Amino acid sequence: MKLLEYQAKQQFAAAGIPVPAGRLARTPAEAAAAARVLGRVAVKAQVPIGGRGKAGGIAVVETPDDAEREAARILAMDIRGYPVRSVWCETGLEIDSELYLGITLDRDRRRMAIIFSAAGGMEIEQVAEEAPEKIAKLWPDPFVGPQAFEVREMVFAALRHAPQLRAQVLAVQVASLTQKLYSLAVSLDAMTCEINPLVLTPDGQLIAADGKLEVDENAHYRHRALALELAQDATGDDGRTGDDPFEVEAERRGLTYVHLDGDVGVIGNGAGLVMNTLDLVKQHGGDPADFLDVGGGASAEKVRNSLEMVLLDPRVRGVFINIFGGITRGDEVATGVIAARDQLRITKPLVVRMTGTREEEGRALLEEAGITPAISATEAAQKIVALTRDSA
Amino acid sequence: MSVLVDSKSRVLVQGITGREGAFHTEQMRAHGTNVVAGVSPGKGGQDANGVPIFDTVAEAVTATGADVSGIFVPPPFAADAIMESAACGIALTVCITEGIPVHDMIRARAFVERARTLLLGPNCPGLVTPGQCKVGIIPNHINIPGPVGIVGRSGTLTYEVIQGLGQAGMGQTTSVGIGGDPVLGLTFSDVLALFAADSQTRAVVMIGEIGGADEETGAEFIRSSGFDKPVVAFISGRTAPPGKRMGHAGAIISGNSGTAQSKIDALTAAGADIADTIEEVVRLVGERLGARAL
Repeated sequence: MKLLEYQAKQQFAAAGIPVPAGRLARTPAEAAAAARVLGRVAVKAQVPIGGRGKAGGIAVVETPDDAEREAARILAMDIRGYPVRSVWCETGLEIDSELYLGITLDRDRRRMAIIFSAAGGMEIEQVAEEAPEKIAKLWPDPFVGPQAFEVREMVFAALRHAPQLRAQVLAVQVASLTQKLYSLAVSLDAMTCEINPLVLTPDGQLIAADGKLEVDENAHYRHRALALELAQDATGDDGRTGDDPFEVEAERRGLTYVHLDGDVGVIGNGAGLVMNTLDLVKQHGGDPADFLDVGGGASAEKVRNSLEMVLLDPRVRGVFINIFGGITRGDEVATGVIAARDQLRITKPLVVRMTGTREEEGRALLEEAGITPAISATEAAQKIVALTRDSA
Repeated sequence: MSVLVDSKSRVLVQGITGREGAFHTEQMRAHGTNVVAGVSPGKGGQDANGVPIFDTVAEAVTATGADVSGIFVPPPFAADAIMESAACGIALTVCITEGIPVHDMIRARAFVERARTLLLGPNCPGLVTPGQCKVGIIPNHINIPGPVGIVGRSGTLTYEVIQGLGQAGMGQTTSVGIGGDPVLGLTFSDVLALFAADSQTRAVVMIGEIGGADEETGAEFIRSSGFDKPVVAFISGRTAPPGKRMGHAGAIISGNSGTAQSKIDALTAAGADIADTIEEVVRLVGERLGARAL
């Protein structure tokens, strides 16, 4: 779950992190009204990706008329596949410096990393590549969170290359901000929680001028109210029309699905095995249409649902179902495949490769229903590629 | 010999009364595992097909001397179950549960480290020392004893390799599935170190996938530790598009990191043989074992 900028800022504000005054506008008239209240504003496209400024999705305007005109222009845009549904109109800031403060999962350290840099306003990955000495990190103890001394160390380390900034004063401010941001990240189960740029104003205040917040999918059950609020708030519908429609549908069905470009449908259990199935289809000259992992312990209904999902893409010429049962049971899979074939009257070729837990029961069910299961994945890959080529 | 578990392991199952816990406890026992206790809060005093059930891990350990735990509890309670096991001094905790929130796992892993115990997983298939002890969900019939150590990130691909080797007559000392989550317990390097010290393991298969840098770290371990057993490596996701999360939370190519090529390069540089298919894994392992026998 990726929050839009204004949604992230609402969370920041609630956590006591200063943000500029702003208003959401879904129409040009609302943008004009916002500018009448706020004065000179930045009109910013609300899409869940970076690089909005470069794409022309941000405009600074002096008058309500200009706000209306620019909002009309931006609301008509589509930024890398994401139609702009709303703009955030926000008072401009006096800027002394642009800093960076972010929290993200560091999988190598198995902890969250807090990252600080005086080089804000650009992608932190780019700073890391071009001037790694300008970045300082800290990996807080998950039981006590970031301590003030650690944050001071981080800030002093990062500011060694920015002598114009008063590190002593900033360290105290950043420590307080870091603790607030960290608490927010933990309470929201954030995978990423980033303020970029963190603006230092000429009068010495730190204000979050842009924000990025992404919530861990595994923790959605703890944030249902937020998810609901966001979905409604975002666009009036589910706010995901910029995404691939098949992937949106799969998410609605609760399936782990990635849409690809080819015509061979792929379903399997276990991410590694499904990836290997894609590799096998490619090795044998086919082109996978999707990645669909039914996961561990899939029920017959989930298998049926998956097959239906994969066949929604009209380009799919046939489906390769590759199951190695551990926690997943062969008879459940077979029941699901047969139910889908009968209910949906599937005539496209289905190649099922099944082995592992309850494989004999599963294979017997399939054979009884007239589907010949394959034993080896390689053999099955050759078969589905041949069958889907024939029907081309 | 074997690594981590053997016929002396006394196994406890957390979540023994759930659908998966109950089914796989029986599967584990059918493979010869000595399951001494189950834990299911509120169901203490009952039994599961003769296995005594306790309300807490502490009680189960006191009563039965359990030293390995397998966790089959749902994601919202799994991190707590891991910490309960570690707090009770269980030497090896194996967490099968998929879908545990990352922040929960960061805390649970730090907790396990402090308790100086080992964690395998989560979101993993567990491990098996054929004929002696299985903790987890690896299908029983494919495991036969032999000289190969297997360590894999993907559960089902690990099964493929176990089966492929078995059909060619090559069994395993121990097969270990480390799991596909971004925050996990034992890593490739940890398990490789165990295989290095196990005199009966004569070759190792490493099954990796895109995402993260664990395979690269494993390769670095092979290089720097003077690992002297042949390693055959297989990496899945070679045709996966960048930026897409392929099922496992950890399986994603971000920017230039986590690509199959980077892993293959690191492992090749460390002297591992790279297999393009499961069939090739089997062939290469056969060659290496044969060459050693001569």
